[in-house]
Amino acid sequence: MNSDQINYLLQGAYGTLLLSVLTFVFASMLGLVIALMRVSDNTLVRQTAFGYINIIQGTPLLVLMGVCFYGPSILGYSSVPALFAAVLALTVQSSAFLGEIWRGCIESVPQNQWEAAECLGLNRVQRMFKVILPQALRIATPPTVGFMVQIVKNTSFASLVIGFAELSYNAKILNNATFKPFLYFGVAAVLYFIICYPLSWMSLRLERKLTLARS
Amino acid sequence: MSYQFDFASVLEYWPMFLQGVKTTLVMSFWSTLAGFIMGVLCAIARSSGGPWLRKSVGAYVEIIRNTPLIIQSYFLIFGLSSVGLTMPILVGAILALVINITAYTCEIVRAGIESVPRSQREAGECLGLSPLQVYWHVILVPALERVYPALTSQFILLMLVTSVLSAVGTEDLFGISGNIQALTFRNFEVFLVLWVVYLAMSFLVRAAFTLAGKVMFVRKRRLGTLL
Repeated sequence: MNSDQINYLLQGAYGTLLLSVLTFVFASMLGLVIALMRVSDNTLVRQTAFGYINIIQGTPLLVLMGVCFYGPSILGYSSVPALFAAVLALTVQSSAFLGEIWRGCIESVPQNQWEAAECLGLNRVQRMFKVILPQALRIATPPTVGFMVQIVKNTSFASLVIGFAELSYNAKILNNATFKPFLYFGVAAVLYFIICYPLSWMSLRLERKLTLARS
Repeated sequence: MSYQFDFASVLEYWPMFLQGVKTTLVMSFWSTLAGFIMGVLCAIARSSGGPWLRKSVGAYVEIIRNTPLIIQSYFLIFGLSSVGLTMPILVGAILALVINITAYTCEIVRAGIESVPRSQREAGECLGLSPLQVYWHVILVPALERVYPALTSQFILLMLVTSVLSAVGTEDLFGISGNIQALTFRNFEVFLVLWVVYLAMSFLVRAAFTLAGKVMFVRKRRLGTLL
């Protein structure tokens, strides 16, 4: 493996990181909205979020990628940039999972915190943003960091329908040219592992710390 | 909006879709079954094996859980064929899926086993159950009962990611839909049909798992609650 090939794989890893970061940023915004909708007072809003989560979680990511890639063409755009389609599909999928994770965290804040906030005369929005969410954030950190691993792995799906040049796409190209699968996919796996393992490790550590703090 | 939807020319190929559904279900069924058995064995090894066994199973689980399925299946299938070991694509695909899902099942089941309180085990011993009986009736079955919902979700995710294996050439629902796109040039319509079919499949499979859980876990059914 010469330095050009190593460079090419590292470029792929950069693509993977770029996709992951963009996805996480947008998915957390949308995911927070979904989570808040899931705990809303309004039945219709709650049901909408519930339906969204169920539909997205029952759809393969590859199908979402296809819909996001070919869908804009019906609105008259002849083609969309691969990065846009990939981030859109990943955001839609991750927001459904993050929304469900965060709903659990919001609901696990003890009920008496709600009541206490109400007694202090805070309105619903203040209660949510000043009392509940700061506490939910602590509970939410370990599973969220764990889910980042999922996002990094899911970016590899962008190599298939859309053909975005990220790590597994570049590894496949190198393999097609040289046919040394163990070498290139092995190195790609190591690179993925280097990105993902620290996140997994951190998630586990944070979770242990939280369990200790709560017991 | 000037786009003209044309579902008729896509749905004309419904026998191909049906064939794809069948392949997807076959792949999911065998990888779920084998992955479940191997996962439970790995979980037992990881929670009560010797130190070496524990460490090696742990390393396997971490490696699989921190790399994407696509890379794993390329590595396995292209790798094996590069050293001259070829096999039918369906077998290779199921093998890759089993290696992947075993690691996830192992983690879930291990969490279940570790959640059984020590006092339960001791109570079982006091009742004069043999070690094997204690392990089966007091630890393993209640642990599986407890993690069954998590396992269900994992196996449905597995069914959805079988679509990835089309990248190595399986003719599952997703793979076969590529042929239909090439025949009709109606990519967006094909993806919408796929969306509906996968969604229906995941709801039906979830219902089947719920029903199977009711049949399997007699105690839970009679008590109406988790223990």
